Amino acid sequence: MNFYNVYNKYGNFSFDEFFGKVTDEGIKKTLRTEKLNLNHFLTLLSPGAGGYLEDMAKIAHRITVQYFGKAIQLYTPMYLSNYCENECVYCGFNRKNPVHRKKLTLDEVEKEARFIASWGLCHILILTGESREMSPLSYIKSSINILKKYFSSISIEIYPLTEDEYGGLIEAGLDGLTIYQEVYERTAYDRVHLSGPKQDYMFRLNAPERALKKGMRTVSIGSLLGLGGWREEAFFTGLHAQYLKEKFPEAEISVSLPRIRPSSGGFEPEEKVEDASLVQIILALRIFLPRLGITLSTRECSELRENLMPLGVTKISAGSTTKVGGHTIKTNEGDKPAQFEISDKRGIFEIKDMLLKKGYQPVFKDWMGNG
Amino acid sequence: MSDILTIGDKEIKNRLFIGTGKFPDKAMIKMVLEESKASVVTVALRRIDMKSSNENILDYIPEGCIVMTNTSGARNAKEAIRIARLAKASGAGNWVKIEVITDNKYLLPDNEETIKATETLSKEGFIVLAYMNPDLIVARRLVRAGASAIMPLGSPIGSNRGFKTEEIVKIMASEIKAPIIVDAGIGKPSDAARCMEIGCEAVLVNTAIATAEDPVSMAKAFSGAVVAGRLAYTSGMGRATEQANASSPLTGFLR
Repeated sequence: MNFYNVYNKYGNFSFDEFFGKVTDEGIKKTLRTEKLNLNHFLTLLSPGAGGYLEDMAKIAHRITVQYFGKAIQLYTPMYLSNYCENECVYCGFNRKNPVHRKKLTLDEVEKEARFIASWGLCHILILTGESREMSPLSYIKSSINILKKYFSSISIEIYPLTEDEYGGLIEAGLDGLTIYQEVYERTAYDRVHLSGPKQDYMFRLNAPERALKKGMRTVSIGSLLGLGGWREEAFFTGLHAQYLKEKFPEAEISVSLPRIRPSSGGFEPEEKVEDASLVQIILALRIFLPRLGITLSTRECSELRENLMPLGVTKISAGSTTKVGGHTIKTNEGDKPAQFEISDKRGIFEIKDMLLKKGYQPVFKDWMGNG
Repeated sequence: MSDILTIGDKEIKNRLFIGTGKFPDKAMIKMVLEESKASVVTVALRRIDMKSSNENILDYIPEGCIVMTNTSGARNAKEAIRIARLAKASGAGNWVKIEVITDNKYLLPDNEETIKATETLSKEGFIVLAYMNPDLIVARRLVRAGASAIMPLGSPIGSNRGFKTEEIVKIMASEIKAPIIVDAGIGKPSDAARCMEIGCEAVLVNTAIATAEDPVSMAKAFSGAVVAGRLAYTSGMGRATEQANASSPLTGFLR
């Protein structure tokens, strides 16, 4: 039994038919329900529920403050390498894109680490493109060994690994995994992943479970909004999160809801996900899974990020760059988008001040993985 | 007559313990602690950064307030032990609230792992306060393992549901010699007063204060409730009975 079996149960499910049957009464009843089931969750994702965003927001805000308090955790991503063997139409690292390719030397990893750590940030997310040749596991391990001198919690967002490989990295000091399915809907997945190892849908889908079996503390999953129908994708994201939470109750599961941004590949999403839709997804997820972590990246603009925070967000990135070595190494790339374009360009201290002003405690440290 | 709670070698004047995880900012924590004259505050080591250039939460704790680090985030005894040792090594003292949680849905504590961690840490000289799911037998084992105080939950963490575990905690309070401190779920000052009225030695509150519109006043309200509840307990409360007591005794004719 793995998540694929759960996902498959919805093979013949008609979302449109379900949404068509949602009534105002059903939505109001759902909003009065304390423990939501999957039908309730779908009801909140329905077009009809779009008219109840304010009611949903009040509930979501109350739940978030109750379970997470007025505190937002901060982290920043650090790109180690952008060599990639995949051809994903939406990504700037697509192997066919003529972007400048770079992989940090271990000295450069240390330089970036020292710089980011000087902000006082204790959580780091390291990223690579998918290339076992250019950024092999040994390289990831060596990087973790350096990073653990500077950070108390290290997460990876790299290619999916085997169970034993996750185990090895956890032993080296890793405690978090971020891996987005990008799009759960199978045919859409095949449509946007034209070549490369990422074409293996199943290996990616079951990666969170493999990591959790080895004791990974935190796992972040998600769908890249814009690649498939957002209501369906939000539903599968919630379904996946619920499945992982029930199977691994000791782990912290969170979701991220990235919307497609302009990238150096120039890809335009088939469906534009509006702000109101993003809001509806966050609210539905928060009400469905009250203790779920929700991450918001710098893909979104500063104003929207600030407005979304009280609705259920628990973690935000800051001071981000999607360029390899983007904090300390000067390149000739200019300002063109790298993997994707950053919208909220504020530095960590500006974000910190903003949070305090908004009545939120900026949390720079929330775990000590390698003491 | 003085009525002072003693844990380890420390005398604790204020029986309201305060948690710090959910406050909007650290300056607010300081105000709450000062205004409520708190004696004990709990801080998660996972949130303390000794190396950072950023201000540290410990800088905001008034002098004389005992810092009890907690092992929030620990999923087993081994992790709780590691966190407690880190706390001690980083100068946060030897008071530790052991918190081992293997269920992230309801955040209920794992009693078995808590006993294991208590055993090891108390041998190492820690003053252990053990957060637990109320259970008399487990409480006895925790005391045997060296716990200085037992902290049963009132209802799930952060739920504000109040003192739902009263029946079991009441038994624990009458049977266990170590102080019983109700931790988690206390939503209103009246809940806190109730804990004290039945003989608990203290109460720990976080969410209900931190998420109040005016946390400082709410902390004072809780502080007052704890004092009132304690005084009621030590004054010997009249027993509440189901029926009215007949004013003319049924056996009065025997006189």
